[in-house]
Amino acid sequence: MGIYLPIAEISVNIFVLLAMGAAVGFLSGMFGVGGGFLITPLLIFYNIPPAIAVATGANQVIASSFSGALSHVKRGTLDFKLGGVLLAGGIVGSTGGIFVFGFLRRLGQLDLFISLLYVVLLGTVGGLMLVESVNALRAARSGAAPVLKKSGQHNWIHRLPLKMRFRASKLFVSVIPVLGLGAGIGFLSSIMGVGGGFIMVPALIYLLKVPTNVVVGTSLFQIIFTSAYTTLVHATTNQTVDVMLAFLLMAGGVAGAQYGAKAGQRLRGEQLRALLALLVLAVAIRLAIDLFVTPPSLYSLSGADPT
Amino acid sequence: MAGFRTFLAVASLSLFAASSPARTQTPVTENIQIGLSTDHVSITAGFSGADLTIFGSLENADPRVARQGRYDIVVVLEGPARKVVVRRKDRVLGIWINLESETFKNVPVSYSVATTRPLQDVTDPNSYKQLSLGAANIYMQPADVDDSPATIQEFTAALRERKTATGLYSVNVGGVQFLSQNLFRATVRLAPNVPVGTHKARAFLFKSGLFIKESSAQLEIRKSGFEQSIFRVAHDYSFLYGVFAVSLAMLTGWLGRLVFRKD
Repeated sequence: MGIYLPIAEISVNIFVLLAMGAAVGFLSGMFGVGGGFLITPLLIFYNIPPAIAVATGANQVIASSFSGALSHVKRGTLDFKLGGVLLAGGIVGSTGGIFVFGFLRRLGQLDLFISLLYVVLLGTVGGLMLVESVNALRAARSGAAPVLKKSGQHNWIHRLPLKMRFRASKLFVSVIPVLGLGAGIGFLSSIMGVGGGFIMVPALIYLLKVPTNVVVGTSLFQIIFTSAYTTLVHATTNQTVDVMLAFLLMAGGVAGAQYGAKAGQRLRGEQLRALLALLVLAVAIRLAIDLFVTPPSLYSLSGADPT
Repeated sequence: MAGFRTFLAVASLSLFAASSPARTQTPVTENIQIGLSTDHVSITAGFSGADLTIFGSLENADPRVARQGRYDIVVVLEGPARKVVVRRKDRVLGIWINLESETFKNVPVSYSVATTRPLQDVTDPNSYKQLSLGAANIYMQPADVDDSPATIQEFTAALRERKTATGLYSVNVGGVQFLSQNLFRATVRLAPNVPVGTHKARAFLFKSGLFIKESSAQLEIRKSGFEQSIFRVAHDYSFLYGVFAVSLAMLTGWLGRLVFRKD
């Protein structure tokens, strides 16, 4: 069944979008990620203009992170204070990202920049994860005890000034790296349409030494507001948020997430991470190929600037 | 939802034969008229392209010329003019990047032509050029006149090629048919991505390869339906639209948790 997307201005198949949302929801439930980094490239593969895929991806991320954060609030595994500081940085980063987004769009380099960012980030994160999980799998097979990172150890980040106490995370740390991390994630959110959980979670664990149990909830809390802010600003300045598209993805997503979570419980941690790493790498490679393959037409037309 | 409307625009058949000065000593000049029964067309969201039929009349036609088929008619439906940026991709370190670009002012978004016979059989290229008739003869005004003529020519050609490839510029040979000596019907194609706005329908009459007369009418193409309302709200009340998009996402997330909760 075809449906016309009012902002993207193309006709698409409603079931393809629902299935896409469900598949990504399944994976996000299985791996505990928002899924924005999969939705946006998938939309681009499905011929949705990248600018709309990004803004709508941000909108879709709100739904999955909101429902995820709710369960963390209930379990008390959400550090509101840490989330709030991350958010303050996120708003600044997101504003900067929107400005860069509009600038690149006027230059005609937006699509290229989005693809490059995806290839680099997904390639790096996927590669690191694959190496780490393969090593863990090997270690488990040979029967050796896994080498645990000493989480009490301090690094250069803990010597920075302007320290602040985060009680729920049992953390006493400078606000500078927290604000910086928030800003970086906000920037990526507005340019790539991702929540940024796949960067935020490892950064909180390894850089800031936040206890693992509050990491996911806190990250989701920050992502709700950053992606909500991104959606709002994209809607007002670029008019690139397609609610029809976002709603179909969300509807499929919330349904798929629960089955994913169930399936995830049956797999081991290292196996899950290896699978996710392969998936992330596959998306990165697919996007990279598009950069190198000769396009069917070298010329493209675009309308005048909206301003 | 997938419905589209083809509509008929009925000509104003103003045949004032009785009072016409045809019998005076001056040689009769033919006249062409097209009239539209409506000044707007609404296309719905699922619009997948359609044929638009325009009726028109030929007045004071010479029966002898008509019988020999020496009257030719070219009908053009021209979309609103907009600024267009044409970009060319080039390979940099193996990656295809938009490098060169050229901006053109006042380029018709769409340009559909219907003719009685192939364009080259109707009249000579010079006449087309003088009339700025046909996609190849519309003047594409570059915004930056200092660019080299070769570059401008290259990008102008690319612009026409892209417009033709996307169906926005089209020629329907044989799309104009005489129903009788005085009445004709023109069928122009509306591409699925036909732009909204004021379109101008023009009909050109040729007699034995000579341009005789032109007639024009205006037509407003609008989009209607639920999707169009969303589009309008997104542009006119973009902040409220953003708030709505965010609330919808939160509501969906919350409902999703209620329905599928596991803890």
